[in-house]
Amino acid sequence: MNDISTWDIARNLLDGALWTIGLSLTAFILGGLAGLVVLFARIAKSPLPRRLAQGYIEIFQGTPLLMQLFIIFFGGSLIGLEISPWIAAALGLTLFTSAYLGEIWRGCVEAVSKGQWEASASLAMTHVEQMRHVILPQALRIAIAPTVGFSVQVVKGTAVTSIIGFVELTKTGSMLANATYQPFLVFGLVALGYFALCYPLSAYSRILERKIHGSRAH
Amino acid sequence: MAYAFDFSSVLEYREALVDGTLKTLGLTAIGAVFGLAIGILGAVSRAWKLAPFDRIFAVYVELIRNTPFLVQLFFIFFGLPSLGVQINEWQAAILAMVINLGAYSTEIIRAGIEATPKGQIEAAQSLAMTRAQLFRHVVLPPALLKVWPSLCSQVVIVMLGSSVCSQIAAEELTFAANFIQSRNFRAFETYFVVTGMYFLLALAVRQVMIQAGQRLIARRAK
Repeated sequence: MNDISTWDIARNLLDGALWTIGLSLTAFILGGLAGLVVLFARIAKSPLPRRLAQGYIEIFQGTPLLMQLFIIFFGGSLIGLEISPWIAAALGLTLFTSAYLGEIWRGCVEAVSKGQWEASASLAMTHVEQMRHVILPQALRIAIAPTVGFSVQVVKGTAVTSIIGFVELTKTGSMLANATYQPFLVFGLVALGYFALCYPLSAYSRILERKIHGSRAH
Repeated sequence: MAYAFDFSSVLEYREALVDGTLKTLGLTAIGAVFGLAIGILGAVSRAWKLAPFDRIFAVYVELIRNTPFLVQLFFIFFGLPSLGVQINEWQAAILAMVINLGAYSTEIIRAGIEATPKGQIEAAQSLAMTRAQLFRHVVLPPALLKVWPSLCSQVVIVMLGSSVCSQIAAEELTFAANFIQSRNFRAFETYFVVTGMYFLLALAVRQVMIQAGQRLIARRAK
């Protein structure tokens, strides 16, 4: 009865992994763009956008990703949109990513020392010029390591989308485990797949971090 | 035609909501206590390079931090029984929470231990303290105090992450939400209310953790 070979399992899981990668990239790129909007709202001079961005961040950081996905999935059908699992997954993860990246990047902007603001102000730069020429280039350097580090959370977050029916690595694994009665092997391979995607990112983020701290010491 | 929201149909099931909330909190509490205990053991092994435990913990931390919680949960719940280990949904959920938080807190607490000033260790050694005494009285309390905010955040993250335990039929808050919406056919309202409950739980858990930190650690760290 069991005519699904280990090779078949591996091949199907690879297919699933491609969807995991696709969803991760989509969420990371779109979430990054949206995260820029969140960042600029969060560090705006007037309090209204700052408050809104803060509320947005707190909502996404204070509720489960699974609930966010459910609300998008079921909320869409309320307003008459037939939302596919792929759209719900991409939208949910994008919003989730934008909130976290916005907050991470705010920390990076604030980590640029106060003297840099004062020095550029004394050169009669406007707020926008200060941002563009002085603050953001330095913040960007600080931001690379934690941003790469956060990409690991995005990849792992895609696993939750299996619950709303998006067929990626974890969902493929569940279906294979049911079909083959070999859950230990299948979920072991699934875990290995995620590890293969995430470990290089974690390691790279650590190297970047060390580099920045090293260069700062001089 | 505009959709008529009906939140009262969710509140009819408040018993299920309360029950789910208590179970989510219980899961989080057990996960936090044992996870932090593992974290302390792991952190001292890593920071003081206690062979062979430092290597074992290093591998454990990387494996857990680079795989999704949901997959860890499935591996434990569906995978272990095929090795002959019988495990029910709550045991699997608790085990997964403890293992997951243990890995993250190992890294967090390690950072605190490594930040201990050398002079304090030398001072303790000059008082003829044993290594265990030194760790218990000199190193650990200030280390925990320093990283306590990160540990609070991590416990909140794990609490929110526990919503996927509904997938192995552990009847926590998300499971309650799934059950309710299958009865009242009000999926949006149900998930909206439960999301709000998670938000409040996150605030509450953080506050309790901060208070606990003040009571248990801050005094000893002085």
